[in-house]
Amino acid sequence: MTLTWYLVLAAILFTIGAVGVLVRRNAIVVFMCVELMLNSVNLTLVTFARAHGTVDGQIMAFFVMVVAAAEVVVGLAIIMSIYRTRRSASVDDANLLKY
Amino acid sequence: MNTFDAPTIEYFTVSPILIVLGVATLGVLIEAFVPRGRRYLVQVVLSLVGLLAAIVTTVIVFNRLNPGAKTPKGGKVVAMGALAADGPALFCWLLILVLAVLSVLLFAERHLEGGVTSFAGQAAALPGTEAEREASTKGLEHTEVFPLLMFAVAGMLMFPAAIVLLAVCVALEVLSLPLYLLCGLARRRRLLSQEAAMKYFLLGAFSSGFFVYGIALVYGYSGSMEFAEIAEAVSAQTGSEGLLLGGIALMAVGLLFKVGAVPFHNWTPDVYQGAPTAVTAFMAASTKVAAFGALLRLFYVAFGANRTEWLPMIWIVAILTMVVGSVLALTQTDIKRLLAYSSIAHAGFILTGFLGIRSLNVVPGGSLTGISAVLFYLTTYAFTTIAAFALVTVVRDGGGEATSLARWQGLGKESPLVAGLFAFLLLAMAGIPLTSGFTGKWAVFAAALSAGAWPVVIVAVLASAVAAYFYVKVIVLMFFSEPIGEGPSVTNPSVLTGSVIAVGVAATLLLGIVPGSLIDLLGRVGVFIR
Repeated sequence: MTLTWYLVLAAILFTIGAVGVLVRRNAIVVFMCVELMLNSVNLTLVTFARAHGTVDGQIMAFFVMVVAAAEVVVGLAIIMSIYRTRRSASVDDANLLKY
Repeated sequence: MNTFDAPTIEYFTVSPILIVLGVATLGVLIEAFVPRGRRYLVQVVLSLVGLLAAIVTTVIVFNRLNPGAKTPKGGKVVAMGALAADGPALFCWLLILVLAVLSVLLFAERHLEGGVTSFAGQAAALPGTEAEREASTKGLEHTEVFPLLMFAVAGMLMFPAAIVLLAVCVALEVLSLPLYLLCGLARRRRLLSQEAAMKYFLLGAFSSGFFVYGIALVYGYSGSMEFAEIAEAVSAQTGSEGLLLGGIALMAVGLLFKVGAVPFHNWTPDVYQGAPTAVTAFMAASTKVAAFGALLRLFYVAFGANRTEWLPMIWIVAILTMVVGSVLALTQTDIKRLLAYSSIAHAGFILTGFLGIRSLNVVPGGSLTGISAVLFYLTTYAFTTIAAFALVTVVRDGGGEATSLARWQGLGKESPLVAGLFAFLLLAMAGIPLTSGFTGKWAVFAAALSAGAWPVVIVAVLASAVAAYFYVKVIVLMFFSEPIGEGPSVTNPSVLTGSVIAVGVAATLLLGIVPGSLIDLLGRVGVFIR
């Protein structure tokens, strides 16, 4: 099995994540789609690390995980405060700022 | 057996970053251990002392780079090849640190809200509830904003100096995450503020997803995270072209989002309007400096060899950014949104300077390179915009800041000083001669022209004309319209906001009349090292 398949799988996952961000309405789900994008990046990174025979990509994957975890902390705090204020986590309901 | 080699780190050279990070960490501990009543003073003093210490060390490091002084500065790669301490990076550090000092002063302003800062008394208390009223009557305030600011500043310092993709990615997140939180912490209009935070966060996380995927593809192409090795791989044209171009495009998405360039600009007006004005001022000034520094370094150093491939993309983005920013600003009815669209248009002008990329050996001595033109414009714009947002905080009515343009009618009669200073800053943004905006525009247009990007420069001149129209419209509104109802009132700020306004206006005036010394300095800043 060639490494290409892993890259293709990662690209598909990334696309699913990106489309999810654009079409889903619930902030939590949008956020999960972003996490899916980050994880597909990890798959790409470790695949390339294997292909090149260097560990840079694997190290980067760890840092992407750390970044994702930090984003969860900040993101959930923001989404929680919005939800408690409005009783809704829909990104469509948050529409006071426009034009 | 593997042995452990301790990394060598040039502690003194990177000390500005370490000082700022140390102060930020100390600030978190202060939140835990210092009684609530004393935190404000301790945090403000600590932040200012830390930033001033960082400024002093930056200046010393800058002077040590190349003692010869007249020749372009060199630089060195530090921290095991993670950061480059070269002229442009140190200039960005200095600029960001000075802007951070001004931002701390704005954050610390207590006079305008009657004894408390303009940040939420208790962010966890729901808007309009008993808990919020209680927090307000007790005079609670979040002093965590100072450590958050310092963390963001640390990320901004790393961002333009990073020469490894890993460090770029970490710096991007370190600068972004505190900003997401700061946006949601306004004392007044909390729904708007929370909404701004959510929009900024979701779109920011989305764009950093693209950015890291771009990093993965570039790594796949070159087999290395280091800019120097990527540059070698790019000029040797090893590997598949598609991976490289895809990677460049995706990384550009992440960086152009941060600078607010069209088509990734949609967050800018919403976030600038919803965020507390002090945070908006900080973001508008410092984030642009850091992000453009990183953008220049990445594209000039790592991808410089195949610039014929990506320059057309930047041409189109620059043109779109200037046109969309200027045209949409025409219809705005809120002063903060107007300044947000103006910042989008300015991002376009800075991108025009970015097009001034040329091989070093064809740049005649003494003329501005693309790098120094962009850094010059960033300096002029940053001081103008931070003073403009500081002025927005002092125009108030019963509900807090009066940001609606209709409320600004007749401001010239209420306070000729505030209206006059704001008019001067707007003229600077429009690029009227004798202000810094004119010299800045002249610098980026000259750099772009000498690199043959004349179609972009023509669009830029036309966009400046459109932009001048809406700036003048605001000036006319302030001085020649009758106030509606009671009209706006100007609250006298304390010396904190006052000094920010004074510094911003003075820099705008001085850089317009005598830009020579800054241009000399930038001429010696030199180029990015690898």
